[in-house]
Amino acid sequence: MANIKWTTADPKGVLTGAHYLDGNHAACEGALAAGCRFAAGYPITPSTEVVERFASRIPEVGGVFIQMEDEIASSIALQGAVWAGLKAMTVTSGPGFSLMMEHIGLAAMTETPCVFVNVQRGGPSTGTPTLPAQADMMQARWGSHGDYEIIAVSPSSPQECFDFIIDAFNLAEIYRVPVMFMMDECVGHMTEKVIIPEPEKIKVVERRWTDKKPGEYLPFEPDDDLVPNMVKAGDGYRIHVTGLTHDERGYPAATDVTVHNKLVRRLCDKIYKNAHKIWKWEEMDTDGAEIVVMSYGISARVALRGIEMARERGVKVGLLRLIVVWPLPEPRIREIADKVKAIVVPELNVRAQVAREIERVVAGRCPVIPVGHAGAGVHDPNDIYNAIMEALK
Amino acid sequence: MSVTTYRENPVEQFLRTDRMPHIWCPGCGIGTSVNCFARAVLECGIPLDKLAIVSGIGCTGRVAGYLRLDSFHTTHGRAIPFATGLKLANPELSVVVYSGDGDLAAIGGNHLIHAARRNMDIKVICVNNFNYGMTGGQVAPTTHFGRLATTTPYGSPEIPFNLPHLVASCGAVFVARWTTYHVVQLQRSMVKALKKKGFAFIEVLAPCPTLYMRRNRLGSSVDMMKLFKEKSVVKHGIDTKEVAITNYEDPIIVGEFVDTERPTWLDNYNEIMKKRLGDKYVPWGVNNG
Repeated sequence: MANIKWTTADPKGVLTGAHYLDGNHAACEGALAAGCRFAAGYPITPSTEVVERFASRIPEVGGVFIQMEDEIASSIALQGAVWAGLKAMTVTSGPGFSLMMEHIGLAAMTETPCVFVNVQRGGPSTGTPTLPAQADMMQARWGSHGDYEIIAVSPSSPQECFDFIIDAFNLAEIYRVPVMFMMDECVGHMTEKVIIPEPEKIKVVERRWTDKKPGEYLPFEPDDDLVPNMVKAGDGYRIHVTGLTHDERGYPAATDVTVHNKLVRRLCDKIYKNAHKIWKWEEMDTDGAEIVVMSYGISARVALRGIEMARERGVKVGLLRLIVVWPLPEPRIREIADKVKAIVVPELNVRAQVAREIERVVAGRCPVIPVGHAGAGVHDPNDIYNAIMEALK
Repeated sequence: MSVTTYRENPVEQFLRTDRMPHIWCPGCGIGTSVNCFARAVLECGIPLDKLAIVSGIGCTGRVAGYLRLDSFHTTHGRAIPFATGLKLANPELSVVVYSGDGDLAAIGGNHLIHAARRNMDIKVICVNNFNYGMTGGQVAPTTHFGRLATTTPYGSPEIPFNLPHLVASCGAVFVARWTTYHVVQLQRSMVKALKKKGFAFIEVLAPCPTLYMRRNRLGSSVDMMKLFKEKSVVKHGIDTKEVAITNYEDPIIVGEFVDTERPTWLDNYNEIMKKRLGDKYVPWGVNNG
């Protein structure tokens, strides 16, 4: 059995009560509630408030924040902290996220549980630092070189920034994978009521520490869920951790095709084969719908108005809102595709980053209509309404 | 019948012998430095379970993988920020970064200067073999002026870094340089560095016979050891401005250049928090284990 132990939040990190917070501050509170005790970051709009709040809160909670010299440093300092035993995150936006790519690959390869928060802004390059986009979704998934799988979570509100970053930390620990917490500027700077529950009502996963003793423990020997159990530096196991292709002892085997194949397949399979335990989505009026809008983050929220307008004209429209975007809930998407006239996918990018993946999953069962938007704003609900009406024809 | 008695090499306990033979070329200086390091660890008595070693990428980047310690072979140039996270998250650990000149001073140069500036409590051992060995002998920020490398086939037009001066000017509290000829001195400085609180830096000049020396017709490793012996001048405490090695023919100034005290990043962090937050603040890494 995999060593997954659920517990409740450490009260030191939990500000129980009703608050009026923006998404960035709520994400920080969620991270603290999830047990994050180390963050490294570098200032970048529109994400900086997350680490500013962390820097102000962590001394009393017990932990460390350090502003590193760049995002490259931040994205590996947090991995050092994880191997020393803490839960850790880094926070950034577009250009910083680009700089972090190599270390997302390192975390995937070394199975380092950690959270990368990306408060998305418009790109490419410096783009629109103060305005939203959802154009890093493919980068979050495939941005580092090589083969690997990650998990990406996307909140639609400050409350969800709190709630779902806890999921992000839990998923990181269960699957020993870097989890991308894909916010956007709009959700990050939107201020709403956020309820922080009592610590005993917040479910938190502990690190999956091994039961084995030094000598019998192999650092990269998978448990029955394909994920290895973990140790930390200083516990007497004298582990070796490398970004090179490695065997179950953690020893490099960079010219061994068999070892490489086994490792990379497992890194992907631990997400594919456990995907049914990772998926999270929400549905509204999908039963009997002619059209289903599939979206995530701020766009799913804006889509509600477009859906409402279509429903006012008697169109049966449902919504499937992805909370975990990667991996996609493929069987449910196919099930819906078999029953509807079309799937409409609004998102804040023009290349249909998630829509194309939905189209691949749907595989011709019904048309998939992307409603692209270059970002620096959100959709006009009329555009989503028009796409729905067009799809009906 | 004669009886051969066998005594285990005292450094064997530090080595992942199941990973031998190592990848380093005959005549390479990295192994010599590792031998000194293992003996230094033995001498200074740090509990081995509380000692972690972090490397970047390259020939010296492989050191972490051969030491029977908690060892992390990270990405190119980023051993120092990884070590920073490791140390801050568990200040009980002794954290050593062991990497090469290209890794630490070129791609990782930004991290090197900031860790020195912060007086982060990590020890950095930089094996300088004057070129990129793993990738086949390219020019490094340490290559002697005018010397050949695969990417400077007509000679390097760049003035190399004076690494001790670089880190000293950023605030490192212990800075030394030795060559692989100076094994006793190197081991002694490593012991001092391991015991030192704060950012300690040791540059180890080492031969790369396969690439740098052969391409530049500098002879064998033995010739370089002779050069190290003949050209080295020990000058403890000398101003690090004076220790640049620009040309192969220059005298090589070795010794312990800096040995001073100042609060580490964590000392300052704890002090400032205590001052501002009073009893609400429990100093981090003092009694939190």
